[in-house]
Amino acid sequence: MVSLPTTLNTRVIGSRDIAWLSAGFLLACVPHLLRMPVWISLLTIAVAGGRLLQLRMRGKSVPKWLLILIAVSASAGILLQYRTLFGRDAGVALLVVMLALKLLETRTQRDGMLLGFLCCFLLVTNFLHSQTIPTAAYMLGCAWLLIACLINMQYTGPWPGWRPSVRRAGILIVQGVPLMLVLFLLFPRIQGPLWGLPQDAYAGLSGLSDNMSPGSLNSLILSDAIAFRASFNGNIPEPKDLYWRGPVLWDYDGRTWTAPRIVQSTNDLPDIKPQIEYTVTLEPHNKRWLFALEFPGMKPPRSIATLDMQLLSFTPVRSRVRYEMVSSIGVAYGADDDQSMLSRNLRLPPETNPRTSAYADELRKKFPDDRNLVGEVLARFRNENFVYTLSPPLLGEHPVDEFLFETRRGFCEHYASAFTVLMRAAGIPARVVTGYLGGEINPVGEYILVRQADAHAWVEVWLKNTGWVRVDPTAAVSPARVERGIASALPRSDVLPMFVRGDFALLQRMRLTLDSVTYTWNQWVLGYTPDRQRRFLSYIGFSEATWQTLAFILMVCAGVAILIGAGFALRDLRGVREDAVKKIYDKFCRKLTRHGLQRDVAEGPLDFARRAGQRLPDFAAAIQEITALYIALRYGGDAKAASMQIFRQRADKFSVK
Amino acid sequence: MPSAAQTFSLYGALKNGVLEWIFQWRGPESGTIVLVQRRVFILPTRQGLLFAGVIVLMLIGSVNYDLSLGFILAFLLGATGIQSMLHTFRNLANLRIAPGRVLPVFAGEAAQFQIRIENQARLHRYSVGVTRDRLSASYIDVPPASEVLATVAVPTRRRGWLRPGRVILFTFFPVGLFRAWSYADLDMHVLVYPAPATPGLALPPPESGSGEGGIQGHGQDEFSGLRPYRPGDSPRHIAWKAVARDDNLLTKQFAGRADAEFWLTWESLPPAMDLENRIAHLARWVIDADGAGMAYGLRLPGLTLPLAAGAIHRADCLRALALHGLAADHT
Repeated sequence: MVSLPTTLNTRVIGSRDIAWLSAGFLLACVPHLLRMPVWISLLTIAVAGGRLLQLRMRGKSVPKWLLILIAVSASAGILLQYRTLFGRDAGVALLVVMLALKLLETRTQRDGMLLGFLCCFLLVTNFLHSQTIPTAAYMLGCAWLLIACLINMQYTGPWPGWRPSVRRAGILIVQGVPLMLVLFLLFPRIQGPLWGLPQDAYAGLSGLSDNMSPGSLNSLILSDAIAFRASFNGNIPEPKDLYWRGPVLWDYDGRTWTAPRIVQSTNDLPDIKPQIEYTVTLEPHNKRWLFALEFPGMKPPRSIATLDMQLLSFTPVRSRVRYEMVSSIGVAYGADDDQSMLSRNLRLPPETNPRTSAYADELRKKFPDDRNLVGEVLARFRNENFVYTLSPPLLGEHPVDEFLFETRRGFCEHYASAFTVLMRAAGIPARVVTGYLGGEINPVGEYILVRQADAHAWVEVWLKNTGWVRVDPTAAVSPARVERGIASALPRSDVLPMFVRGDFALLQRMRLTLDSVTYTWNQWVLGYTPDRQRRFLSYIGFSEATWQTLAFILMVCAGVAILIGAGFALRDLRGVREDAVKKIYDKFCRKLTRHGLQRDVAEGPLDFARRAGQRLPDFAAAIQEITALYIALRYGGDAKAASMQIFRQRADKFSVK
Repeated sequence: MPSAAQTFSLYGALKNGVLEWIFQWRGPESGTIVLVQRRVFILPTRQGLLFAGVIVLMLIGSVNYDLSLGFILAFLLGATGIQSMLHTFRNLANLRIAPGRVLPVFAGEAAQFQIRIENQARLHRYSVGVTRDRLSASYIDVPPASEVLATVAVPTRRRGWLRPGRVILFTFFPVGLFRAWSYADLDMHVLVYPAPATPGLALPPPESGSGEGGIQGHGQDEFSGLRPYRPGDSPRHIAWKAVARDDNLLTKQFAGRADAEFWLTWESLPPAMDLENRIAHLARWVIDADGAGMAYGLRLPGLTLPLAAGAIHRADCLRALALHGLAADHT
């Protein structure tokens, strides 16, 4: 029995509680520690470790001035590091350091609980970086531990060990699941963001950009990251037809291809049957492009189509989006594009690549027909000693000249760029198209998975009376790249992400199953947007519900969920049973009562046995034995069947005669 | 027109009435009080509100950065918090509260009321607090199917019967987000002995004629041994040297003459002395005489306790002094 204050505020918590909290805090911020600048991670670990060491050595507490000094200098360091204190990453770093310092001065239960709550908040910040299944599982584990920490602090009597608190935390979480599901499905969702996001909010999203300079695609090709997934209604087209159109690059400065800042929009999309129907689930990439097979036959909602057949979302894609799409494969468009637009697709920077220009003139003289000229260049790529590799030699001042006539080694961006320059020099309007080629068919989930590694660049040329036609010079050099994917196109020595080469059948199979699980996760868990919630509500029959109706549904369902939780929680209260052991003991006591020995209501069994033994010395041993058995069975928790039997036997046989 | 004091008392009465109605205060209840559902009240603690605030922050962050998992975690923690409310409630519900033992104390000491708390369920009740003054509490754990004793200390000021009043049982367990509490006004009372006068007057001389040579017997002359300290023993008789060796207080006993006849009477005190002072001095004499192991009698107006010695006689005398002149309402 302990005498303590009646509020939680000023109760001092034990060193065990603080050690648990430190563990919870460190686990909650491990993913952040791996990401943050080394000095912040080291500082955090040092401070938390210092607290543990201080507990162990029973050292003196850290003086306030030192705490303030560390806090101020860490803030200054973060300010220098991130140039702000309020950005997303800077904010997280500040939170981590401040929580470590809070750990240092946590003494009372109020502090401990606050720290526990803030660590829970810290868990959410991890989702800024990753929302995968493993992250979710890890954070759930951390939440579990943190709740166990909070429970641990509540024991006022002897500590019953770590098991009861961990177990009870688990029970609380599991019993909370019904209510969580109701809230997740029905709690009104608002489309964010609520305020202007800091500039670094979407740092680290990878994808194609609006320009292409040497090496820019190269880094994408080395990335395992998923660009999007597409599931088809019907058969999946041939791999060689899977050209996912992205940024279209018009302007060339001798080195970098750039997309025009403004392109006219159009509603005139090719509508040629047969059309392929499919649904794209696009990962956020912080740009406006929505990818579709060449050429899209419709616009997704909240987007525009441009004259050069790009689909642009109204806002940058910052969360996973899902859209239905139709495409007509193998067609041309834009036969009636006006002259001013075409002339922009003929422009070349002056005085660059002289040899290419000369070669183009030569070709032009030999092949007056554009189609023949294109065919001739492709044949040259095919027949001469061009090599497809991801590690080409560096190119100098006249990159196209050097590539075409000297190095002859490169990958799609080199071929696309060189081909376009050559076409323009020969007077054929041409431009570079970037996007993705192919993708991996996932037989488990029956969809196509397109990774950043599938990034590709190709060319389109404008032919009189036909319009824009796709030409892929890479296909001429390395047909395998187009037909079987990047892994088969590259020599073995080239480095590729592990997942892209499919060497091991079992590994491949596991990976595909895993991705299919991820796909479902993305669809149903991460992709539960306000839009999806609306669809879900209309699915269960509330399509045009007012907010009052929605609030009512939420209330009713939450009420039911809480009742379910209450059913689980209060189950242990019911079934109050008359203890078998106590029954036997009461019977034994009644036998003594007949001899004038009434057990006082507040008298413990041991005291009673002593008193009875003094009154009935002949039976003292028997009384003592029965009492000892009773105590062992009832309070010792050692309810073995054998000793229960002995207890029953002795108590039944006992009589005072 | 009601005066300010009247308005205040009116407000007080109204407030009390409302509280009485909400919390169903009905005065002392005899027998065992079972904390059934409608007797257990529950409200979030300050920490609980803070936790709710943190969850709202999580939700705002999740909306802003479009974090589906943030929503899930926030909802899960919120649901866990709500569930913890039920667990806090059940930590108190269906406990059976009954009066336990309480020993008489001298006025000025704290009476230690034992309260028996029985848990018939399979549930282990951890950290159940018992308080009377809402400032400090004793916390106990009640294992499944068992009974434990909690002690409530009640300070005493006056002699006579004392009730512990309304006791609050409360718990924050398991997470501390909610506080469940219940009132138990047990029908129990303790006898508060009068505080003995310090320093007391010397014991009156023994009355002659009842034993041979009783004249010398002051009962405080010959040291005969030590016995454990009992409340009310004169500090002059505490064996301070022995205390230095041992943590327990010991009182020196003196062999008096058991055959000496002491009468502790109302009249042997100075006539100017008022009622309470007289009782205080008589209490001191009873303790001193008992400490000396003497036989003594007590004579009060309207009551005479015959010559006797020993613990029972001491208790009878002190009881008579405690209740002297008081309405006998709790006997």
